[in-house]
Amino acid sequence: MTDQKDFVQIRHAQKAFGKLEVLKDISLNVERGQIVAIIGPSGSGKSTLLRAINDLDPLTGGEILLDGVQVNKTLPHRQYEKHINEMRQQIGMVFQHFNLFPHLTARENVTMAPKMLKGLSTEEADALAEEQLDKVGMLERIDYYPSQLSGGQKQRVAIARAFAMRPKLMLFDEATSALDPELVDEVNQVMKTLAEEHMTMIIVTHEMDFAAAVCDRVLFMDQGVVVEEGPPEVVFRNPTQERTREFLRKHLAGAK
Amino acid sequence: MGLDFSVVPQYLDIILLGCAWTIGITLAAAVLSFFGRIIFAVIALYTPWVIRQPFRLIAWVFMGTPLLLQLFLIYFGLVQIGIDLPAFLAGIIGLGLHFAVYNSELIQTAILSVDKGQMEAARTVGLSRGQALRKVVIPQAVRSVIPPIGNNMIALLKDSALVSVIGVSELTLSAQRVIGRTYRPFEFYLMAAAFYYVINLGMEWVLRKIERRISLSR
Ligand SMILES: Nc1ncnc2c1ncn2[C@@H]1O[C@H](COP(=O)(O)OP(=O)(O)O)[C@@H](O)[C@H]1O
Ligand SMILES: [Mg+2]
Repeated sequence: MTDQKDFVQIRHAQKAFGKLEVLKDISLNVERGQIVAIIGPSGSGKSTLLRAINDLDPLTGGEILLDGVQVNKTLPHRQYEKHINEMRQQIGMVFQHFNLFPHLTARENVTMAPKMLKGLSTEEADALAEEQLDKVGMLERIDYYPSQLSGGQKQRVAIARAFAMRPKLMLFDEATSALDPELVDEVNQVMKTLAEEHMTMIIVTHEMDFAAAVCDRVLFMDQGVVVEEGPPEVVFRNPTQERTREFLRKHLAGAK
Repeated sequence: MGLDFSVVPQYLDIILLGCAWTIGITLAAAVLSFFGRIIFAVIALYTPWVIRQPFRLIAWVFMGTPLLLQLFLIYFGLVQIGIDLPAFLAGIIGLGLHFAVYNSELIQTAILSVDKGQMEAARTVGLSRGQALRKVVIPQAVRSVIPPIGNNMIALLKDSALVSVIGVSELTLSAQRVIGRTYRPFEFYLMAAAFYYVINLGMEWVLRKIERRISLSR
């Protein structure tokens, strides 16, 4: 276990898709229990950064460490696969489009990975599913298939699925932007609960109000660089950079 | 000489036994082709060239030649290299492989059209690529091709009559044998046709049940 301050370390992260440089030397430390929001215009590299953390989009340069262990280690293929699968179990991810498994019920969505990877018995896994789905208010729909759930309900099940692996870190990539406006709140509520439990989270969002209310720190990204970062009061109220001001002007005006 | 169905009851047991063989062979070949086509699809999509290529060759042979010939080859041909299969087994293997190969491309396409986010979500919780394919991607691909595969099973049922040529006493051959004794081809071929039709209806009924069952989980 490392210093609380360096729970998540991103050091000089670089990512290029062919010639397109999407992340240009990004560094970021997140303390244990901290909640960081990433905001910025579309195409600025927010998703890519998040997806680099669990190696869905491997970096082309730089390092990512979780709790002192380097995620994107250089290892022979087989060993790397084993290593990354173990790391990913510790990093929960929630996607914009939920990506629930449509052929499995809410219960099975939650229990599949714990059963396969942690050797939980059916009883243990069921207890876990009940606990996690209860936490997101979905216990009543435990045996429903995703096709029988609303967007907000799907996203809550997806959060329960990620959380069932007892991750050290949760990543949210615009978890509410595919939802009808009236369903946003139920998902935000669940995320607030996680925040109260001091889950370490990195949240990509376009909801400035939510970010201001829940997050300890806000990063404003544009064109693959962190333009500005700081506590939400500062970034939202008194941004120092012109690009941040411009983005917030557009965004807050558009949102109202 | 008019039609006379009065001889039918006397030979009903032979015909019914033929039905049982037809159903048994069709089901066994269906199961074989079901798993076979998934295996062929996975090999075609995910294995290196040295493994993939021989299978492609086998696939070409099965697609580009008559099923009848394949049955002869498996039953009479393999004996020469020491593989002496009972006729019914040769029939099941021939039918099963033939249909597996014929439809593996259907599954390949279905696998490739499963949303990319599914693999990502599975990898994100820590599943390996193989585990994700097995538990997440392939089950969804298979569900999406159940209706065309259902139609295929009907074709398989009809083609199962071909195994009569290697001496399996399924429905068609049973009818022929009875006709050999009674000289009443019209009555007994008609009867065999009726039984095929009934089995067909039964299969469609089961398939509809399956489709209804999986309709929520898609
Ligand atoms: N797999 C990929 N291949 C090529 N370009 C990509 C890929 N993923 C993202 N990009 C590009 O990287 C840039 C940043 O994308 P992304 O991280 O999704 O931005 P954001 O989430 O901030 O909207 C965009 O220009 C996008 O087109
Ligand atoms: Mg994005």
